[in-house]
Amino acid sequence: MPHMLKIKNLNVYYGHIHAIKGISLRVEEGEIVSLIGANGAGKTTTMQTISGLLRAKSGSIDFMGRNLMKTEPHKIVELGIAQVLEGRRVFANLTVKENIQMGSYTVKDSLEGLRQARKDIYDKFPRLRERKEQLAGTLSGGEQQMLAMGRALMTRPRLLILDEPSMGLSPLLVKEIFEIIKEVNKSGVTVLLVEQNAKMALSVSDRAYVLETGKISIEGKAEELMKNESIKKAYLGA
Amino acid sequence: MLISILEQLINGLRTGSIYALIALGYTMVYGIAKMINFAHGDIIMVGAYTLYIGIALLNLSIPISILLTVIVCSVVGVAVEKIAYKPLRNAPPLAVLITAIGVSYFLQSVSLLIFKATPIPFNSVINLQSVKFGSLNISGITIVTLIVTTISMIILTLFINKTKAGTAMRAVSEDKGAAQLVGINVNKTISMTFAIGSALAALAGILYICQYQTLKPTMGALPGIKAFVAAVLGGIGSIPGAMLGGIVLGIIESLSKAYISTELSDAIVFGVLVVVLLVKPSGILGKKQNEKV
Repeated sequence: MPHMLKIKNLNVYYGHIHAIKGISLRVEEGEIVSLIGANGAGKTTTMQTISGLLRAKSGSIDFMGRNLMKTEPHKIVELGIAQVLEGRRVFANLTVKENIQMGSYTVKDSLEGLRQARKDIYDKFPRLRERKEQLAGTLSGGEQQMLAMGRALMTRPRLLILDEPSMGLSPLLVKEIFEIIKEVNKSGVTVLLVEQNAKMALSVSDRAYVLETGKISIEGKAEELMKNESIKKAYLGA
Repeated sequence: MLISILEQLINGLRTGSIYALIALGYTMVYGIAKMINFAHGDIIMVGAYTLYIGIALLNLSIPISILLTVIVCSVVGVAVEKIAYKPLRNAPPLAVLITAIGVSYFLQSVSLLIFKATPIPFNSVINLQSVKFGSLNISGITIVTLIVTTISMIILTLFINKTKAGTAMRAVSEDKGAAQLVGINVNKTISMTFAIGSALAALAGILYICQYQTLKPTMGALPGIKAFVAAVLGGIGSIPGAMLGGIVLGIIESLSKAYISTELSDAIVFGVLVVVLLVKPSGILGKKQNEKV
């Protein structure tokens, strides 16, 4: 079976800085895969290169057998990759409802179908329903994270990329968000997760990659990585 | 005395609503592309000459000529963006600014080459009787101008706030990256913004030329720069701000022409801008810069 997402020998530069140094990784359909690593390791750069916001200098990114290296970001969304960016990036001056509606910008469906899709999102995140008419900028951090996820799910992705969903949230909210991630995965959406909270990420993932200064240093099954001594020391704080 | 003040206010409202139409183009483009399109004023000139070509040279009917004017201006606006600004999307702001000034001179020079420097007289296409309210006299052009600008602003406001494409424009103006990741085509949205802004400038050009009745290649420069002032006055990037800024500017200009001095009226207009920027740098309705979280 072909891989859902396959990255081979990817090199990304910021000006003269060689940020991603020939990494390779794959994501299979139905998995939760996480990419962990310290600040500045290149996690966000990798994710934004997948979604087309950044361009790689060399290497290849294939999604469902299609090369994405030159595909425009809005086309990549249509192919089925949604990404929740680091820092949530909700449209602060749009209402919650408008943010959700923007998620279905490219979705071709009947009005009834779209209404049902919005209802599903509000069922998943009831707090968003309460705040439907509010400007997104007035939401709390956790609510904004939910809105960003709801908006991304409205694009009907096959692969959902989440960049630091736990950032700045209370432990209780982090748990809630990760419960939702598991649910989303169970409903058939493959998840690629970028996290600094390695413990939380590994606990929900099937497999994981550790990124260190632009290179993948360790990869393997999540449960094995949790027992790995060097990972414990560096990322799990034990 | 009261009648005279009222007349000046109405005159100011007329000029101001034309400034407002033009200012909308500046503010929308700034909101989406984060640049000041200094060639925007020259679209007014393109519009005025197109109307002249349609009516005087091609003998087209007035409605067809107006339609042609709106289409030509939109096409020119979009073409300018594609050819001159798009390649500079990631260039420093100064390069874009200088390019915009270059485009402005380019448009003026092309019209100078085609139509020469001698001003061309042009009869208004609006031939409406003036209306009298007691001793208050309102010209037909004024009435048409107020109606056209009001309708345009209402349609624009509804479009921006109620339609999917309008919401996408607001999304792009807030966060290009996030907008792309919900599948919005940013290039298309920018083109649409230039098309709408230029169409509004076309209408402004038609109303302006009916008022002043003389065509010359540099005719767009002064209303253009005043509309830019109006956009900054109202708060650049804000659509209601551009409308308000334009009207405030027009009224100040008209009152100072009538009661202070015709020569000083421009100085007073720009003086008001300086004062507003000192007191509230983001403009009357301008939002505070979003705080980065």
